[in-house]
Amino acid sequence: MLEKLQPLINYIYIIASVLFVIGLKMMNRAVTARKGNLVSAVGMALAIIATCLLMGMEFRWILVGAVVGSAIGAVSSYAVKMTAMPEMVGIFNGFGGLASMLVSWAELVKWRSMGWEAYARTLDPGGNASAVFAAVAIAFTVVVGAVTFSGSMVAFLKLAEWIPGKPLLFKGQNIVNGLIVLTVVGGIIYFCLDPVSPAAYAVFMVLMVVGLALGITSVIPIGGADMPVVISLLNSYSGIAATTAGFIILNNGLIVAGSLVGASGIILTQIMCKAMNRSLANVLFSGFGAVTESSGTAVKGEVKALSAEDAFYVLEAASSVVFVPGYGMAVAQAQHVVRELGQLLEKNGAEVKYCIHPVAGRMPGHMNVLLAEANVPYEQLVEPGDVNPVIGTVDVAIVIGANDVVNPAAREDKTSPLWGMPIINVDEAKTCIVLKRSMRAGFAGVENPLFFKENTRMLFGDAKASISALVSEFKAE
Amino acid sequence: MLGLLFFVFVLAVFLGFELIAKVPSQLHTPLMSGSNAISGITIVGALVAAGQPHGGDFVTVLGTIAVAAAMINVVGGYLVTDRMLAMFKHKDGGAK
Repeated sequence: MLEKLQPLINYIYIIASVLFVIGLKMMNRAVTARKGNLVSAVGMALAIIATCLLMGMEFRWILVGAVVGSAIGAVSSYAVKMTAMPEMVGIFNGFGGLASMLVSWAELVKWRSMGWEAYARTLDPGGNASAVFAAVAIAFTVVVGAVTFSGSMVAFLKLAEWIPGKPLLFKGQNIVNGLIVLTVVGGIIYFCLDPVSPAAYAVFMVLMVVGLALGITSVIPIGGADMPVVISLLNSYSGIAATTAGFIILNNGLIVAGSLVGASGIILTQIMCKAMNRSLANVLFSGFGAVTESSGTAVKGEVKALSAEDAFYVLEAASSVVFVPGYGMAVAQAQHVVRELGQLLEKNGAEVKYCIHPVAGRMPGHMNVLLAEANVPYEQLVEPGDVNPVIGTVDVAIVIGANDVVNPAAREDKTSPLWGMPIINVDEAKTCIVLKRSMRAGFAGVENPLFFKENTRMLFGDAKASISALVSEFKAE
Repeated sequence: MLGLLFFVFVLAVFLGFELIAKVPSQLHTPLMSGSNAISGITIVGALVAAGQPHGGDFVTVLGTIAVAAAMINVVGGYLVTDRMLAMFKHKDGGAK
């Protein structure tokens, strides 16, 4: 029975791959996205079932691993708060990388203990496997898997603020990274020359350790505001690791699914970089924000604070309001009260929009998720390109915990590190109210001239408390 | 065989670029976490390592840990994406 099924298994992998493609396609549109995710999950289930149908499978340990992993995955995905989504996505991603790393290790151990002839037959009964090819794939998988794993863990620790989110730079960081890369290249070459020699096993271990180190040293220097780029890049890496694992065991399903993820991660990374007007190399190697002693011209002017009561009068008279949320809204968990205020403003006759910068928050689309959680209809969520041309007609722009994405220095000050970044031009609205905890600079550590503009008013305090105060002013009406 | 695998690989990469290039920014997070779940496909390799008695006990140990890690990625990834997308649907104004 099982033997008859063997030729079918490859077809099931093909069906699974097709379902991944259809699922991703459906995730392009809000109305079909949820079904798309389900379609892709069915594809995954098929791939798992197909693998379990392979000849000679024993399920005792598979069950142990699957039960433990599923339980951890399920519980944490339900327990996580929407504001903690970036670190959750990061840590899940890391486990994918860990799995790929372990798979390549297991394959190497198999190869060494069985000898090439017997091992090759497990890869391809037709006898088409190539030793050099398998060795290259094993070496690449262990490195990429290790980088994904440790890089994602560092990203997780930074996002969860268990370690400082600030860029951590040490002297000669780029030299260390360069040495690591050289070691990796040399190690891969040495390993591939004779993967079954005792020395090659040691080299494999070195590759794994160095890969883990590279993940740490390459994410540690990256500041919190650049996290959207890092998270999408690590996502891409985990796809690449799955692809190369597919090249080890010669499995089309792995190659297709992994490549899809790898490619989509790179596209997202590019979109994020464009939104910051910076190259990927600049994000990865500059330790942006760590060198801010000389960032931009000093700003002159007076900061004008206002009370919640004054803000209420300004808002009550407004007929168009744009909210500009940033990471501060996530930290303050203010999305629900923001939506409440938005609804009250609408009742008061104002047109309300939420303008979301692509890199606001700590992962791509972070603000969209939070506002969706608070039941803001997605028709009201707009992009800077929609708001900027008409910003002059907007009565009040309310900036909630955003800083760098509304910093006019990006337009006005060529010496600013933010120069050239596409921003939301809230300073051109008739009035701009900035909700802020204190006068500290943003994550990039750059002074923000917005706070000193003629039409800007600062509403100091916790974003949630400030908005709640406004809400109760409206309700007291 | 290897040539064919590369062929598949290159086509899949292009397909990936095409699929994602025009996604609206509001869907970036679910898309990322959904594709993140797909990268758990490495579960296939992990199952083979944990389930086939080749190469001794150590392979089984590595395979079992790999299965657990990949399952966290797969199950967690899909569930969390579904949770997010469920919120995107709850609109008083209805769907677009």
